[in-house]
Amino acid sequence: MPVAAPPRPSDRLDATFSALADPTRRAILARLTTGEASVLELAEPFSMTLPAVSKHLKVLERAGLIARSRRAQWRPCRLDAEPLKEVAEWAGEFRRFWDASYERLDTYLQQLKDEEKSHGRRR
Amino acid sequence: MAGAGRSGVTTYATPSDLEVQITRVVDAPRRLVFDAWTNPRHVPQWLLGPPGWTMPVCEIDLKVGGAWRYVWRKSDGTEMAMAGTYREVKPPERVVWTERWGPEWPETMNTIAFAETGGRTTVTMTIKYPSREARDAALQTGMKEGMDAGFARLDELLRTLS
Repeated sequence: MPVAAPPRPSDRLDATFSALADPTRRAILARLTTGEASVLELAEPFSMTLPAVSKHLKVLERAGLIARSRRAQWRPCRLDAEPLKEVAEWAGEFRRFWDASYERLDTYLQQLKDEEKSHGRRR
Repeated sequence: MAGAGRSGVTTYATPSDLEVQITRVVDAPRRLVFDAWTNPRHVPQWLLGPPGWTMPVCEIDLKVGGAWRYVWRKSDGTEMAMAGTYREVKPPERVVWTERWGPEWPETMNTIAFAETGGRTTVTMTIKYPSREARDAALQTGMKEGMDAGFARLDELLRTLS
C-alpha cells in the first residue's frame, strides 16, 4: 500500500542516493562534517590506496556532496549538505506518512475493540 | 525482526538490496488488524499519512487477481492515486499485492504479514521490486536508489550531521 508521495525524482537525488549507498563514502562524509580534509587525511582511517579514495571522492563530487578547492595544492575537500537535505526531506516524508498512519491506526483499533466489547464479538 | 517488539514505534529497515521493511506492533488481535488493513470501510479511517489528507476513493476487491485503488485528497484539492492487484490473500495472516503510483513509477510487490502474540499483532510490510525490468525502471526515476540504498542507511549519516 502507499508510501508517502515521493517527490518527482531528480537526477541529483539519484546521484545522491548512489553516492550514499557505499559505507566508505558515508564514512568520508561523516569525517568531513568535522571540517575540511585532504585526500591523504581522508584515506588514513581506511586501508585503501590513494587512487581508491580518489575514486570515492569523485563520486561524491559528482553527486554534489563535496566540493574540492582548486586554490591549494592539496585540494582540501569539504562537505556540501544541500543534496543531503533533499534526501532527508524525501526519507522524512516516507516516515511521516507511516508514522502518522500507524498512530491513527492505534486509535482506530482501540475504537474497534471498544465497539466489539459493547456489541459482542462479530466476525 | 529484531528490535520490533515494542508497540507505538514504527521500525524501518532494508533487509535486502531490493526491499524496504516497515514493522509496527499494534495492541489488537490480528483478525481486527487484518480487517483494518483490508476492509474499505476501515482503510480510509487511518491510512492517511500526515494531517490534511482524506481518502475519498478506496476500492478493494480482496481476492487473488482482484484490483485495488486508493485516491487521497488534500485540503487544497491536490490528489494522489495508487492502484494494483492482489496476488495472495490469506486472512488473517498475509496479503501480497502489486502497487504503482502511475506509469512513470516502478511497480512494487508488497507483502504484509500479521503475527499475533498475546493479543498484540506485529504488522510487517515489505516493499520489493519484483524484477530487473522494474528495478531498471526505478533506476531511471531515481526511486530505486532511494528505496534500496539510501533510506535506512541514511540514518547513521544524518545522525552525524545533526
